[in-house]
Amino acid sequence: MDRREFLKRAAGAGLAIAGSALGAAWLYDPRGGAEYFRSEENKKTASLKSYRVDRGKGAVEMTVVRGKDPEKMMRAGIQAMGGIGSFVQKGDVVLIKPNVAFDRAPALGATTSPDVLKAVALLCKKAGARKIIVADNPINQPEGCFFKSGIQQAAADVGAEVMLPKPGAFSLVKIGGEILKTWSMFHRPLEHATKVIGVAPCKDHNLCSASMTMKNWYGLLGGRRNQFHQQIHTVIADFAQMIRPTLVVLDATRVLMQNGPTGGRLSDVQEADTLVIGTDMVAVDAFGYTLLGRDPEKLEYIHKAEARGLGSTKWKEQNWREVLAG
Amino acid sequence: MDMRITRVRLISQIFFIGLALFFAFITQFSYLKGYPVSLFLEVDPLVAIASSITTHTLYRSLIWSLVILIPTLVLGRFFCNWICPYGTLHQFVGWLFSNRGPRGVKERLESNRYRKWFALKYYILIGMLVAAAFGSLQIGLLDPICLFFRSLTISVLPAVDMASGWIYVQPFVYQFAWVVGPILIFFVAMNLVIPRFFCRVLCPLGALLGLLSRVSLWRIERDEQRCDNCKLCLQRCQGASDPHTALRKSECLVCFNCLDDCPHGALGFSMLPSSPHHEVAVPDLSRRRVIFAGLTGLLFFSFSRASGEITKNFKKEVMRPPGSTAEPEFLERCAKCGQCMRVCPTNVLQPAMLEAGVEGIWTPVMNMKMGYCELNCTLCGQVCPTGAIQKISIAQKLGVGEFTDLGPVKTGTAFFDQGRCLPWAMDTPCVVCQEVCPISPKAIFSREVEIVNRWGKKITLTRPFVDPTLCNGCGICEHECPVKDYRAIRVTAVGETRSRDRSLLLK
Repeated sequence: MDRREFLKRAAGAGLAIAGSALGAAWLYDPRGGAEYFRSEENKKTASLKSYRVDRGKGAVEMTVVRGKDPEKMMRAGIQAMGGIGSFVQKGDVVLIKPNVAFDRAPALGATTSPDVLKAVALLCKKAGARKIIVADNPINQPEGCFFKSGIQQAAADVGAEVMLPKPGAFSLVKIGGEILKTWSMFHRPLEHATKVIGVAPCKDHNLCSASMTMKNWYGLLGGRRNQFHQQIHTVIADFAQMIRPTLVVLDATRVLMQNGPTGGRLSDVQEADTLVIGTDMVAVDAFGYTLLGRDPEKLEYIHKAEARGLGSTKWKEQNWREVLAG
Repeated sequence: MDMRITRVRLISQIFFIGLALFFAFITQFSYLKGYPVSLFLEVDPLVAIASSITTHTLYRSLIWSLVILIPTLVLGRFFCNWICPYGTLHQFVGWLFSNRGPRGVKERLESNRYRKWFALKYYILIGMLVAAAFGSLQIGLLDPICLFFRSLTISVLPAVDMASGWIYVQPFVYQFAWVVGPILIFFVAMNLVIPRFFCRVLCPLGALLGLLSRVSLWRIERDEQRCDNCKLCLQRCQGASDPHTALRKSECLVCFNCLDDCPHGALGFSMLPSSPHHEVAVPDLSRRRVIFAGLTGLLFFSFSRASGEITKNFKKEVMRPPGSTAEPEFLERCAKCGQCMRVCPTNVLQPAMLEAGVEGIWTPVMNMKMGYCELNCTLCGQVCPTGAIQKISIAQKLGVGEFTDLGPVKTGTAFFDQGRCLPWAMDTPCVVCQEVCPISPKAIFSREVEIVNRWGKKITLTRPFVDPTLCNGCGICEHECPVKDYRAIRVTAVGETRSRDRSLLLK
């Protein structure tokens, strides 16, 4: 072997040795890789900002609107709360979260009415929203739910973007609830949004008695959410801790009185011609429960939320209005 | 541009494989609209003939198979090299790996030589048709159209989605994708050994069309005056049909490459042979082997039925899609094409391996871990080309309107496993099953019980029960049950409406 060849090989070997050492140092993980074994604080999580708007003291917190035409009802209801301009400003990206959990026609009352969704979206557009996103993570197959509930068409009619729960749209979010500390969430729409409006139908529920604006946020969660039922009331109260929406709308144009939350027959549904618009979802749900003909004193999750200071079940003591429209 | 007939053929092949891929892509809820997505299966003469043999009827759109069958009687196996997307795939791969340079002439001629064992496909066809005569439709195992769509549905599209996310909103997976995919790879890879191995050796549809082309009027004709026996016509011969000597009509795929490759212009496509020894009209089959192949088909049928899977020993896992015919007729009709599994919006339809018996390989069964049957959906029956799953309406499925007397179509019945159910066995609230039950009134009802738990605390539990008169076996309860690995509520086939023998309740 001549000197030249020796130097070449020695240099090559030296590089390979240095390379493996550097590679090993770069990949070295003293903790072990499993996310599961890390404490909650050490997990990579996103957190949600508050989407609430400060409107000063004395602002109307809730309106109950009676009428037949959702568009007129929404307009009149929001007007009584100071107009849409006090919630949505020019350039806002608004996430509207309907309940599209089931593959059902609108008349069956298991999903948010497309007319109500449209009415909300139109108001946001009028206020100058740059973009409107409609998103939900249904229990039934998503495309079917958005199509048959009429929500897809309604969104298309007002130029809103439907965001479907694709696997990449979920991330681990810090919730800080009593049970839900961190949880996989349909987070992509929330990343984009500057305002969030929940639009939930008013429904009977087999386990927690009623599904309204608080329970609606179930649809932004992923992962093993079928475990929530084991402590459903605490978990629903956690939702109120998880997200501070700009507004919630309880769509009680139809009310699913029985066989909820899926319904299935027209006879399960009652026309109630009512919308409840509010900034405190605990109050809205307390009122909404009366539309099901039930006593809010007995709805466990609103009281749990109230006890944690997340809202008030005493809607009567709040600054609220009743409005007749259309 | 020089518009040779081979170029027209290439355009036709690209168009049809493009159309097939387009149909495969849009066979899903969001894009389906009114497209005839099962068209390729409906024009497939083997599906039509074999299912006519099993059922003695020609189901709906299968009449369109005449569009292929009649021209074949005049022109020969043009389908194989002008339309068949699976054939185009093999031709493309064979071309890709062939030695196309000037030094590869000898290798190319050799690879396209006819070999005696290419006759295997005729014996496969005969065996399958004899099994069909007894009521077992097995052609779908090797029919190229069924194979093409099945491979796409079960293995290729899920793989494409994994890489791109273009196919599904929520990823679909299929049991035995690891078997269906490698079968595709094997057949494709065999083109490296023998070009168009599948078409020449195994394809039962090609064999059928080869037999039919016996009477065809047009065929490749060689002018012996001009021919100098250079054999260059074999260079790109797709069927290995001996155009350099007496043409094997049953093997010729009418690709017309030989017309291009003949340096002397000795080959043409013309009507009726000028001399009968210019062609071999029938495949070279031996009578004893034909009888042996037929006997094999018969024995396949007898042996598989002797194992009792469709009678006494039917399996609880064999839950067929809503609208399916009773099991014996299902096996007469299902072509294993996988269209139902492709269109199913929830991924519940899965290819069976052996749970439905050896005859039921690749037929659809419901697996509630994968999905559930969507209440207001009958898409599987809409795309089924052979009526194994009947085209039922939503009203018929739900048993409403004019179908009230018949009641809903049930695919099975749900049963609680009280040893695994949280409120039954573990003093823990749950009833997710009841929440998601889509029937009204719900087929899952509950009773509240007050118990004293192990710590002496009084708690109220809601314990669920199934009402078998209302349960339609959709399986969403099982799908959503939080006891993930072996669910606390499970659906089995008993109570399915398609068979009286498998009913549960005295009405």
